[in-house]
Parts: sequence; C-alpha cells; structure tokens
Amino acid sequence: MAYLELKNIYKTYGEGKDATEVLSNINLSIEEGEFVAIVGFTGSGKTTLVNLINGLLEPTSGEVLFKGEPVKGTSHERGVIFQNYSLLPWLSVEQNVLMAVREAFPKREKAVWKRKAAHYIDMVGLTPAINKLPKELSGGMRQRVAVARALSMKPDMIIMDEPLGALDALTRGNLQDQILNIWGKDKRTALLITNDVDEGIYMADRIIPLRPGPNATLGPEFKIDIERPRDKTELNDNPIYKTTRNAIIEYLMGIGEGRKSEQQSTYILPDLAPKSFVRL
Amino acid sequence: MKQSVTVSKSEEAKWLEGIKVVLSKLQFKTPTFNLKKIIVPVISIVAFIGIWYLGAEALRQREINFRVEKALTDQGQAAANALQACFASNESTCQTNTLPSPTQVWASVITLVNDYYVVKQDKLDFKNKTAAVNAKRIAAGKAPIVYTGRASFVDIVIRSLKTVFAGFLLAFFIAVPIGIVIGLSPTLRNAINWFIQIFKPVSPVVWYLLVFMIVKTLLIGTSSDNSFLISFISVGLCAMWATLVNTAVGVSTVDKDYINVAKVLKLGQLQKIFKIILPSSLPLIFTGLRITLSVAWMVLIAIELLAQSPGLGTFVWEEFQNGSSESNSKIIVAMFVIGIIGFLLDRFMLTIQNMVSFNKSEGI
Repeated sequence: MAYLELKNIYKTYGEGKDATEVLSNINLSIEEGEFVAIVGFTGSGKTTLVNLINGLLEPTSGEVLFKGEPVKGTSHERGVIFQNYSLLPWLSVEQNVLMAVREAFPKREKAVWKRKAAHYIDMVGLTPAINKLPKELSGGMRQRVAVARALSMKPDMIIMDEPLGALDALTRGNLQDQILNIWGKDKRTALLITNDVDEGIYMADRIIPLRPGPNATLGPEFKIDIERPRDKTELNDNPIYKTTRNAIIEYLMGIGEGRKSEQQSTYILPDLAPKSFVRL
Repeated sequence: MKQSVTVSKSEEAKWLEGIKVVLSKLQFKTPTFNLKKIIVPVISIVAFIGIWYLGAEALRQREINFRVEKALTDQGQAAANALQACFASNESTCQTNTLPSPTQVWASVITLVNDYYVVKQDKLDFKNKTAAVNAKRIAAGKAPIVYTGRASFVDIVIRSLKTVFAGFLLAFFIAVPIGIVIGLSPTLRNAINWFIQIFKPVSPVVWYLLVFMIVKTLLIGTSSDNSFLISFISVGLCAMWATLVNTAVGVSTVDKDYINVAKVLKLGQLQKIFKIILPSSLPLIFTGLRITLSVAWMVLIAIELLAQSPGLGTFVWEEFQNGSSESNSKIIVAMFVIGIIGFLLDRFMLTIQNMVSFNKSEGI
C-alpha cells in the first residue's frame, strides 16, 4: 500500500457559474522513504495540490489517503515548508522553532523542548543566529529556520512547496544539499514542489510534471535512476541526467506550445509610419 | 576589596549598556551638526513670532483707534487725548482686549512661573500651620485638613494629565477587549457595528452630558466632588473608538500565512489567539491607541470646561471669563502648553508603536 495516495482528486474554486476547476483527475502514489518532485509552471495549481495533501484544503471530490487513512485537516505527521517561509516576525529563531516543538511534543518539559529546538537549529547551521528576529536574517537563513521548524516536529513526511523559489542560485544549491543531507539521514518520505527541472532531477527519485491549470493534471512520471549522493558537476555529464532532463523539458515545452497555440489569434496592425519616413 | 570594585564596575557597564539599548530603541540619535536642520526651523520660528507680533500690534492699534474715535465723538477732544495717553503709557488699567503680543505672553509665562513658587510657599506654610492640628486629627481617627487654596498652573496641568491618563486607561480596558472579541466573531461584529458607527461621531460635549446624567444619578446623595470622575469617563468614552475599530480590524485581518502556520502547527484556539492573532495585530492596536491618546487630549479641554474639573479646560474658560489685563495672554500660554504636551504624548506613543510594529515582509 502506498504511503500517500491521491485518488481521482478534483478541486474547484468558486461555485456555479464562476466555478473554475483548478485540479482535475489527479492520481498519485508515493511510497515510504521516497523523494518525489512535482514540476510545473507558475500558476499551474501546485500550491493547491500541496494544500490538499497537507490538509489545509479539502478536495471537491476524490480522496487523499495518508498511511491508508483519509486526510482530515492538518497533522503533525506531515511537516510543511511554505513557499514564503511564513515565519512569525515577532518571534526569534528559537521561539519560532520552539512553538512547533511545543505543539508536537506537548508532554515534555521545557528543557527538552529547548534542547530539541537547539538541535534542529544546529542542524540547519543557525546556532549563531538563534536569538535573532527573522528581519535580521537573509532569505536563505529564513528558509533554513522554516526547514528547522518543519523538521522539529519529527514529521513522517515532509512536504515542500517551492521552498527555494525565492532564493539566489548559490544559496539555492547550498540549501538543496542541506535538505538532501537531512533527508538522507533518516529517509523520511518527501514531496517537493518546484518549478526548476534541474532541482527536481538533482533531488528526487521520481519527477512528475503537472500540466498547467485550469484543469491541471499530472503527466507521465520520470524515474531518476542516478545513484546518491549525486554530484552537481558530474551530473551534467551523466547520460541519464541528460536524457531525463531533455524528456521532461520537451514534455513541458510541448504543453507550453499547446497552450500558446490555443491562445493564438491574428492581430491586424495599424497602418502607421513615423512622420520622417518616406512612405514607399 | 578590589574584587568588589571590579564587580560594581561591570554592573555599571551593564547598566550603561542597558541604557544605551533603551535609548537606541527610543530613537534618540546623537544630534549630528546639520546647519540646514537647525537654521530652517529657527528661521520659521522667528518668522512666526514676527508675524504674530505684527498681527497683534495691528489688532491693538485698530482697537485703540476705534476707542479714541468713540471718545472723541462722545466726550470731546480732551477725553480722547487722555485715553490716547493712557494707552500709550501701557498701564494695566488701559489695556486692549485683543490678541496679546509675544512679549505679553512671555510676561504671562513668567507670572505663572512666579505664581507657582508663591503657591508652593502657601502650601508649605499651610502644612506647617496645620501640622499640629492634623497630627491630633489623625490620632483621633479623623481625616486631616488638606490645602484647598488656589492651584498653581503646574497643579492645573497635572490635573489635566491625570484626567487624560485615567481616560486613556478606561478607553484601553474597554476598547481592546471588545475589539478583540468582535474582531474574532463576524456575527458579533455585525451585531455591534451599528452601535459603533452611530456613537463614533458623537461630540465630546454630548458624551459629557450623557456621562453626567448617569454618574450624577449613580452618586446621588454623596457630596464628594465627582468632576474628575465625570471628566475622565467622558474623555475615555469619547476617545476609545479609534482603538476599538483598529483592534477589530487588526484581529479580523490577520495574514493568511500566519493562520496557515497556526493550522499546520495545530495550535489550539486559545493558543492561536494569544500566539498568532494578538501579536500580529499589535501594530494596528497601538496605532489605534496613539490616535485615542491624541483625541483624548484634544477633547479634554472641552470636557474639563463643562465638568468644572480644575484642569486646563477650566483654566482657559475662567481666564476668558474674568477678563483681567493678563487673561488673554494666559490663554495663549495655556494653548502652547496644551500643544506641547499633546506633541510629547504623541511622540511617546509613536515610540511604543515603533517598538511593537514589524513589517509583514520581515517574516518572508
């Protein structure tokens, strides 16, 4: 039985005439310990899909099964890393993480909470900034706090919604490695939503493209049979990497082309010429 | 011995450090010498006083001309000349009753300051005189005799400040809890909205009358002076609306990202309110409180005047009524004092507001 299973998911926003179907007929199953990436264009319904899985939204029809049980609301078993970090700006790094630890382990003592929080902050390398406020941190550091917060609840599955989307290329690479490192230690199930094909190939076992919405649905899956730990520089010469990358991009571009041709129409340009030009 | 010295030194250093932190938070920057920043306000102040002086002089001349002319037609040349001479001598019996000039106002400032020392001495004398009697009265279980003589200007200002702070606290304790509750519940918000919309624009005078009706009846039969009670309640009720509305808006429009965090962390309802909703609406609540304090200070004058509470409002009104040669300039002094205190109160609230506020982008 799959660890996480989505069966015939449809999600519609609005009602009656104004109803727009964002997701249609989504089927997905993720095995325990697997790292799956979903790649898609911006605005294709990725965040909606994530919110269905983490329990912030309910599907209009279909079922989300986690460990065989239907998902009802959020749960500490599924940790979420939001696209925009969503740290609480009035709390320090430690307090942000402590808040999560306290909720996940309500019966422990304060000292235990503090130790756990410190452990996860150390894991993302932010111990020197433990008492700082989010506004005093860089974008990359903020996202690391968000990672520490999600991990500190010891979730069975970790869901990442474009976690590195707003970061610069170098910070991005660093954080990818850090996330992989942490994931490699206890092989938790992970779902990564991204718009970067390279990031997906570098990090995931399996990539599934999301055909853009409205009526977004999942495309064919691509397995990434590259051994871990993967090396970014070597990856460029890896034949599997090249073929997979090309196939995915071709697929996504194909959808993009299809999308373009749908919108194509002819425009009649006005017959204008600058004054100084001699009309031929 | 030596050790204890070093310890106290480090303590001192800690204190200094603490004071520095507080100062930096209060936004007191070490003034850098900037010629433009100093000269421009100085020029504008000089210009203001100059225009004021010329204006006051013109008004004074107009009144003198009118009165001399009137004397001329009514009583003849001799009376007119006498009146002219009297005005020129600038004696206290021949003062115009118009806008006072800056010099007259400054003279009143000095009068009021001197008066403060006189009253202080009076109080001291009174205390000495009644010390023996009061000791006996206290021993006998009776209330001591207290000074009920003339109040100095400083006493008046302190009385006004007390009224405004009592009113502000009342507004705080009414508006913030109600604002939170109606911010959380759309049903209650709908239920109370008409009430807020109707009572928000009511004038301070009417609030005073309303409070007067109720308090007077509640305290019927007691002889104590309830002007302070009535005036601070009126001030509070009149000024609380900004806080009420801002709190409700702040609580009801918490950022969706924060609510999502609360959901993902599975915070309980109370936890959600105290750890997410309230902290994130603090900036708006404090904006409301700042408006409330400045409104409270503004309506205070009118309400004190009506309530006969011996504060600045009553001071201004009594000076206007008694019409002595210095009355007008004392009113102007009171005006400046009111303005300056209002400005300082606003600065104080702004500092607190800046301490608690954050940008939403800071979490992103």
